[in-house]
Amino acid sequence: MLDFLSSSWPWYVTGPLLGLMVPLLLILGNKQFGVSSSLQHLCAATLPLNAAYFKYNWKAQAWNLALIGGVIVGAAIAATVLDGAAAPALSQSARELFASWGVASIDALQPAELFSLQHLFSARTLVALLFGGFLVGFGARYSGGCTSGHAVMGLSLLNVGSLVAVIGFFIGGLLVSHLVVPIVMAL
Amino acid sequence: MKLLKFFLIGVYFGIVLIKGEVVSWFRIQEMFHFRSFYMYGVLGSAVVVGVVSVALIRALKIRSADGSEIKLAGKPFNKVGNLTGGIIFGFGWALTGACPGPLYALLGAGYWAILLAIAGALAGTIAYGYLKPHLPH
Repeated sequence: MLDFLSSSWPWYVTGPLLGLMVPLLLILGNKQFGVSSSLQHLCAATLPLNAAYFKYNWKAQAWNLALIGGVIVGAAIAATVLDGAAAPALSQSARELFASWGVASIDALQPAELFSLQHLFSARTLVALLFGGFLVGFGARYSGGCTSGHAVMGLSLLNVGSLVAVIGFFIGGLLVSHLVVPIVMAL
Repeated sequence: MKLLKFFLIGVYFGIVLIKGEVVSWFRIQEMFHFRSFYMYGVLGSAVVVGVVSVALIRALKIRSADGSEIKLAGKPFNKVGNLTGGIIFGFGWALTGACPGPLYALLGAGYWAILLAIAGALAGTIAYGYLKPHLPH
């Protein structure tokens, strides 16, 4: 069992295990799966913000904060006990693409060019992580959900708004991954 | 105590995100460049499991663990908000190589640089909170 958990998982293991989040939360807690609303709850719980968007009883949504607390702990377990920091088996054409962007640290879960602390305040890291993170937070809240709430939960409910949002995710992602990321990685 | 079960479901989700490589910047760029089927297989099969689960809950009138009726109403359809917000989210997804679940998972896995992205995401949320009354939805 531990051997299986520690090895690299094929897509048909990862995907269904991810999809199980939908019935797990519905049946065990009568909650719809979603992660990005936690950003709103974190702000409402910790910061003195006077916009109406942050004036609500966030404690009623504490389950969502418990969920992300669990994610942090689960990820720590995966990374330390289950060999979770192993390099993905990327396709050869992807490896060539990243090499052409000047990304040398290809045999890891994340590129050192972005995640190594020695590059923390480089222009590349600030644009990719700090500004990119800003767009993730702003966009997820504007569209009313993220990959969890719209792509997995929303599509499972055959919800039209979620389908529109997911189409948006891919329009935005394709544009930036093709036109902007190569430039940012060269910074 | 009621929160413990959500915490444990989160632990499960965190393990799947890391072991499934969904948190990897490489996997996200590979997906957007159509260099591998992996992420499409992951997202597609996750949605299939979700659709089947919801259909079974509806057909068998399965109730939640506490006996309550399971709420299956979708989020409201906001034409402009869903699409515009979605596109902006996509910009950020490609730039960081991470969506919100992976932001937290990468923190747990010890990739401390992700704190920059989490700080950015909270700032983005605050910005949206203040701009919301002025934005088209």
